[in-house]
Amino acid sequence: MGELAAFIVLSLVILIPAVIVVTSRNIVRSALSLVPTFLGVTGFYIMLQAEFVAGIQVLIYAGAITVLILFVIMLTEGGSGVDVRQMNEQVPLGATAALWLAFLILVVLFRTQWPAASGQPPAYNAATIGSAFLSSYVLIFEVTSLVLLLSLIGAIVIARREE
Amino acid sequence: MPKVVLDWLYVGVFAVVGVVLAVVPLVVVWLLAPRLSLPQKRLTYESGVVPFGQAWAQFNVRYYLFALVFVVFDVEVIYLYPWAIVFRQLGAFAFYEMVIFLGILLVGLAYAWRKGALEWV
Amino acid sequence: MSTFVEILKAIGLAVLIFTFLAVVGAMYGVYLERKISGWIQVRYGPMHVGRWGLLQTIADTIKLLQKEHITPRRADVMIFNTAPIIVAVAGLLDWVVIPFGTGFGRYLVVRDINIGVVYFAAMASLTVIGILTAGWASNNKYALLGGLRSASQMISYEIPLALGLLWAAMIAGTLSTVGIVEAQRGGWFLFKVPPLGFLAALLFLAAATAEVNRVPFDLPEAESELVAGYFAEYTGMRFALFQLGEYAEMYAMSAMAAILFLGGWLEPNMPQWVWALLGIGALAMAAFIRFSVLRQVMLVRPILALAVLGAVICGLMVLGIGLGRTPVLPSIVWFFIKLFALVFFLMWMRWTYPRLRLDQLLNLSWKVLLPVGLLNILLTGLLLTVAQ
Repeated sequence: MGELAAFIVLSLVILIPAVIVVTSRNIVRSALSLVPTFLGVTGFYIMLQAEFVAGIQVLIYAGAITVLILFVIMLTEGGSGVDVRQMNEQVPLGATAALWLAFLILVVLFRTQWPAASGQPPAYNAATIGSAFLSSYVLIFEVTSLVLLLSLIGAIVIARREE
Repeated sequence: MPKVVLDWLYVGVFAVVGVVLAVVPLVVVWLLAPRLSLPQKRLTYESGVVPFGQAWAQFNVRYYLFALVFVVFDVEVIYLYPWAIVFRQLGAFAFYEMVIFLGILLVGLAYAWRKGALEWV
Repeated sequence: MSTFVEILKAIGLAVLIFTFLAVVGAMYGVYLERKISGWIQVRYGPMHVGRWGLLQTIADTIKLLQKEHITPRRADVMIFNTAPIIVAVAGLLDWVVIPFGTGFGRYLVVRDINIGVVYFAAMASLTVIGILTAGWASNNKYALLGGLRSASQMISYEIPLALGLLWAAMIAGTLSTVGIVEAQRGGWFLFKVPPLGFLAALLFLAAATAEVNRVPFDLPEAESELVAGYFAEYTGMRFALFQLGEYAEMYAMSAMAAILFLGGWLEPNMPQWVWALLGIGALAMAAFIRFSVLRQVMLVRPILALAVLGAVICGLMVLGIGLGRTPVLPSIVWFFIKLFALVFFLMWMRWTYPRLRLDQLLNLSWKVLLPVGLLNILLTGLLLTVAQ
């Protein structure tokens, strides 16, 4: 019962700001509404007892990525408070497609038999994650560093090209 | 209730209580302080001069570059946290894996350094 | 209904810690800052309001409560109002993982979060959003510039901060703050793996000072440069909320440094004769100040007071160890001694070093502290692996 209430509250915390992100005409307000969305997702991770991932979610998403997005917004024209146009002529078409997709998903959702999970969720704490990516998933771990390197180089190349 | 959930429930309550307690003095001010609205008061501050021009100016790409390098290294530090607490139990191999990981990212840092992404001027 | 009880407990603790931070942290922090700045500059600091100016900040707070809230024209009102609250709450949330000591059979910490250190880093990074939006929402180019520069500085120093936290976590083998202190029963981390312990502590302190925008890293809010930087347009209590957040975070960083490197609430494990020697030294210093020509210099009185206090503590330790009591003084006393020692050190630094220019500041972080921090971690990792 408590879990259901928590789920509903967290869902509202995620969805309402998400709607604001997409529909607000003030782009900074739009970017700031991402923060409650990220924090709501943190709440979900906690409900699944994935503590380390929750901490990282706050640290990276609400801490680093929001700052990056805000910096970018302030570099572009949106930072002057000019209203941003969020809707265009294709809204009816888009709405129809979205509703159709939602309908399909709901049909699949209610027709599938979802087996209830039994037992405790597996331990997702920092120690088990660490052991995992240092032993079983070590290749993925090293490839991740390459991906990070690539994104760093790529972004620097693109940003510097404008000078 | 599992410990993890309880821990973060406390964090959530702290955040809510913090917001409420931070708003209390603002409400006190709203009750006590005068509210004389003069147009001059609402001018933005510019050391006594009437400001001209927009509040937004063309900013350099350097802010973005710093934020970007920060995000990449923040993600790297995230990998360091679990490693730091288990590497001793896993033997020398775990240490060398991290050396490779950090090495690759140090190459990235060197690249950013050479390309001037870390310059402020 | 034990969830309800837990929520009530949480509310109670939140109110307690917020009050502690508002009164001891912000109000008396500001008073301490003004007094210490005064003594370093050979003047008294606040003296009139209450004995020795102790009621000064209370008077200031009452004054601020009556000041009008001015919102600049064309500022985004909603965001303008939320920014100080974000900064204040982020400063408060830092304190959930700080252990004050042991007592009543448990650890005196709000919650010992398993990933305490990661949580602390996360809360420190939330402050940046508040500062950035404050600068932007003021509709003032200087505030915006100040906000952007302050944000750039803070994010640049978050990595060295994290590396300092990480080093301590590596040695302790746990991310929990309580665990890190407990691991220091055999010796403070400051002295572990010398000189790497000192290096890590220095790194952490430098990064912490930059995170809290204190001199020598306070260019973004330098009073003589960008007026007040990102909070230029904030009047009255909103300004006070920014100060509350900053002081709360400064205290939190000092507390964390004490936890990571100075053994938190643990009593220093020194033999009786060392305490006796220290006590005699403190008494000698006090006597010298009191009875020599120096006593005519009014401003040495606080040093005299500190020396006497130090002598008393050493005396108590000698007595206690002689009587076989361990630990002699309550853990919370040691925690506060270390906390205030570090806060004093931070305030002392303010009047000792010139302010760094922004590019020097950023260079220091990315080109010096980051490589040094990473090297430190690699070396320590190597030493720990080889030691097995």
